[in-house]
Amino acid sequence: SAYSHSGLDSSERLLIKGGRVVNDDQSLYADVYIEDGLIKWGRIWLYRGGIKVIEANGRMVIPGGIDVNTCLMKHYLGTQPADDFLQGTKAALAGGTTMIIDHVTPAPGESLLEAFECWQEAADKKACCDYSLHVDIPQWNEIVKDELELLVQEKGINSFQVYMAYKDTYQMSDSQLYEAFSFLKQLGAVVLVHAENGDLIAQEQRKILGMGITGPEGHPLSRPEELEAEAVFRAITLGNRVNCPVYITKVMSKSAADTIAQARRKGSVVFGEPITASLVTDGSHYWSRNWAKAAAYVTSPPLSPDPTTPDHLNTLLACGDLQVVGSAHCAYSTSQKAIGKDDFTLIPEGTNGVEERMGFVWDKAVAMGKMDENQFVAVTSTNAAKIFNLYPRKGRIAVGSDADIVIWDPYSVKTITAKLQQSASEYNIFEGLECRGGPVLVLSQGRVVYEEGKLQAQQGTGRFIPRKHFPDYAYQRVKFRNQVKKQQGVTRGLYDGPVYDVVPTPKYITPAPSAKTSPISHQPPPIRNLHQSNFSLSGAQLDDNIPRRSGHRIVAPPGGRSNITSLG
Amino acid sequence: MPGPGYLNSDRLLIKGGRIVNDDQSFHADIYMEDGLIKQIGDNLIVPGGVKTIEANGKMVIPGGIDIHTHFQMPYRGTTTVDDFAQGSKAALAGGTTMIVDHVIPDPGCSLMAAYDQWRQWADEKSCCDYSLHVDITHWNDSVKQEVENLIKEKGVNSFQVYMAYKDYYQMSNSELYDIFTFLAERGGIAEVHAENGEIIAEEQTRMLQMGITGPEGHVLSRPEELEAEAVFRAITIASQTNCPLYVTRVMSKSAADIISQARKKGHVVFGEPITASLGTDGTHYWSKNWAKAASFVTSPPLSPDPTTPDYLNTLLSSGDLSVTGSAHCTFSVAQKAIGKDDFTQIPEGVNGVEERMTLIWDKAVTTGKMDENMFVAVTSTNAAKILNLYPRKGRIAVGSDADLVIWDTDSIRTITAKTHNSATEYNVFEGMELRGAPQVVICQGKIVLEDGNLHVTSGVGRFIPCSPFPDFAYKRIKRNNIVNLAVLRAVPRGMYDGPVSEFSMSRGGTPSASARNSPTKQPVRNLHQSAFSLAGPPTPDDIPIRPAGRRIVVPPGGRSNITTLS
Repeated sequence: SAYSHSGLDSSERLLIKGGRVVNDDQSLYADVYIEDGLIKWGRIWLYRGGIKVIEANGRMVIPGGIDVNTCLMKHYLGTQPADDFLQGTKAALAGGTTMIIDHVTPAPGESLLEAFECWQEAADKKACCDYSLHVDIPQWNEIVKDELELLVQEKGINSFQVYMAYKDTYQMSDSQLYEAFSFLKQLGAVVLVHAENGDLIAQEQRKILGMGITGPEGHPLSRPEELEAEAVFRAITLGNRVNCPVYITKVMSKSAADTIAQARRKGSVVFGEPITASLVTDGSHYWSRNWAKAAAYVTSPPLSPDPTTPDHLNTLLACGDLQVVGSAHCAYSTSQKAIGKDDFTLIPEGTNGVEERMGFVWDKAVAMGKMDENQFVAVTSTNAAKIFNLYPRKGRIAVGSDADIVIWDPYSVKTITAKLQQSASEYNIFEGLECRGGPVLVLSQGRVVYEEGKLQAQQGTGRFIPRKHFPDYAYQRVKFRNQVKKQQGVTRGLYDGPVYDVVPTPKYITPAPSAKTSPISHQPPPIRNLHQSNFSLSGAQLDDNIPRRSGHRIVAPPGGRSNITSLG
Repeated sequence: MPGPGYLNSDRLLIKGGRIVNDDQSFHADIYMEDGLIKQIGDNLIVPGGVKTIEANGKMVIPGGIDIHTHFQMPYRGTTTVDDFAQGSKAALAGGTTMIVDHVIPDPGCSLMAAYDQWRQWADEKSCCDYSLHVDITHWNDSVKQEVENLIKEKGVNSFQVYMAYKDYYQMSNSELYDIFTFLAERGGIAEVHAENGEIIAEEQTRMLQMGITGPEGHVLSRPEELEAEAVFRAITIASQTNCPLYVTRVMSKSAADIISQARKKGHVVFGEPITASLGTDGTHYWSKNWAKAASFVTSPPLSPDPTTPDYLNTLLSSGDLSVTGSAHCTFSVAQKAIGKDDFTQIPEGVNGVEERMTLIWDKAVTTGKMDENMFVAVTSTNAAKILNLYPRKGRIAVGSDADLVIWDTDSIRTITAKTHNSATEYNVFEGMELRGAPQVVICQGKIVLEDGNLHVTSGVGRFIPCSPFPDFAYKRIKRNNIVNLAVLRAVPRGMYDGPVSEFSMSRGGTPSASARNSPTKQPVRNLHQSAFSLAGPPTPDDIPIRPAGRRIVVPPGGRSNITTLS
């Protein structure tokens, strides 16, 4: 090839010549000049010496991929995934992904902050590409709140995952979710939701095990896609109530995706993340006679047994109803999966996909004519950068952006096999599938890390990228809605008619747990009544002014009421 | 002129009417005796001295069944102002000849005791036939036993559970799953009050903190999304447990849409809009008149979206919603005023038992949405089918009960609290001009409304037992059971004999609740053997199914004894 490089030199200057730069909004022919790991104005520097020139020969030059969902340290019953930050980021780079956002998964009771630091330390040592972290919230209490505040304000974390599944461990009740959403909204964070109904899963698991079904097929049987759709619906309802952006991780089924699409049509601020596995394969493999193969597909929510699912999800991704693609890469070896050999509920959950992600989105969506190259960049990189406030540093080829760049070959064809993958696990759930499209050259932080099939990644070069709160992409609409949504009570005279005497200890009561704590509260100033107009709509009632009614109007508010103004 | 003797006559002939059932309309005379329809046809041969009513070509329809009432309902030491006498009188005045009331036991109290109490109240006072739903307000083994007995011995086949009223009536998802499973095995209908109680509790706190204490806080803290969410969840749970689901009080477009989508996917779910949601909307919560605003307080609330009634009437006409109730539950202004400083304390309930049929005629039939047969279906027949009372109720046929109505499509009247039969001071339909009304109402073969005069008798209403496994719901459920079991099969594969990682159960990881207590390592064993037989073709000796769809030619023994009013 016509280029050379020296990988270790951080002040290396590079010029990508003759490529077609593809961003999410447009494609144009331009050269890209890179210095100090950043994209810079080319002209000024062009004639200085020591520039390596890369000839793109008209090929696509795209922003490096961002994989928004990896689990490279998610320990399970004392064991670690087969792919750690080194192995995982190598696989990422080999597939054209130059940044990952990993999930910090503290055990219930564990400190979020400590877990975060532990992840950061491990990633700093091992990661070969830039990374950021989501922090999962394993329980809800005051300590967690303090930690969240600290993580947002000082540690550069703006996204947290809550669980609607995993009863009795991670799962939160609707009340807790409401509180968590409210709190995270104040912090300006993005709420990630693992959406499955954990109560019903627990019931179904008991039923399925009781029927003698202990193999991996029990996993999808006990987690039907309805339970995913139900939880997605509930999460969106909560998000609407709290007026908080909601991000659904791992959209695995048509019905869950449809629920998101419908909600977006009604104006909800909700994002959906299908993963490599759900875009490419389906849940029929759970019925494989080969236990190890069937177990390799175990992830939650499960892959849908409906074989039309991948096509449907790719369509929604192409039309913008789903926004970002993650991999949820969480690779366990067969012997780790075998912890659940007698009981599917014990099989560690996770599939591979960080390496295959971009290739398959190209193959299934672009090569099929569903999606154009700009939308390809949007769903593999730009949208993620926008949602998580990394844009335009990441997710765009522009002056000043990080030099995470991929030269993409739409015509390369390869057959996926575990033998040739970067991942350390023995199985690849895409085994034997042909994939069109792949990276020819990958730049991370302005250095060539992958070219022509050879990986030259450097352990420990990945930097932690902090992220600011209140990403515009998610929060602009929320802020305006806050202003619109200010609800107002009706200013009316006090009711002074007869009141039925109630027994002090209510026997039959419409209960309101909040009732006891409610103060008699100050009325909002009687400036405007938003609903005044509705009265004429509904028409005056015949008896509105009949004095025998106890509810007749009182023009002057009774004395003393205006004194009660503070909530204490 | 018909004297009192005629009114008490056991024999009646309706001549020249057009009989309208849910499936067809035809001209025929009807002869009734001993509270039953004995003959239908032309030129009937009837005994002499029979009181004859000339229908003059008017519609003769099965009497309405109001599938949802709360008469004489206790509330914090008081009771709703319409007792069974007042309430059933209002029902009859509106063309409804049967009501189904909700038994609401206090949480922690016996369902059976509450049932007995309601039976006593209704037997004493009701002017028309009635059945009972029993609400399940808590769940444990003794409740299970009571539910079983109620189904087997007491003629109750429908039970309501609550997804709202946190810390009181509200059931968790797991409890709902258990209850639905239990009811599905015993042929019951799971009725659900669908609202997300957890979020409502949070929203109520928020509203009160914002200083909103009036009735508008009720609707602001219970937005229709929370209704739709709960409906969606209830359908999911019902589908998992393969239990027929009945959503009481469909109040919003979004909730109705969820039901209609689920039906299109094949779920066995029925939706019940009520008179209020079909006739009015939630804009009144913002009325400056506190008492008026409070009179609209019911849960789920009326939607502030003024296009809601029209939309619900459309779905009712298309069959996406199945039955109509009134949820008639009336409190006086003084009772509503318990919540004068805090909307969460306002007793919930609106009127509607008297207006139900007229309102549907006006909003759905005269607007061209619905035909007269569908009108009969949603006001009477479908309810009878769900409750397994069909064709005894809900149809004009030989052998059916003589509950019928001559319907005057041309009548126009204005609804007002001054003339309604309920004891409450407010009417949520005040001032509405409605077309269509009953001209003659016949209940148990007796004329109770004629020429605008009501002649009701308190205490004549009989309890009508409902048997389990109504075909209308369970035919599909039984088939689904067979289909589901075909899917639930273990894959026969050799034992995995490769290496297994060391692991410790004490540390984190992806947890699974059932892991600890799961019965494992016995691939052959099948704890749910019994579930198989359930799904299979019903074994007659196990399940005493009474097929609902069979005509009763001969009146059941003993029934003919109940013939006199005195």
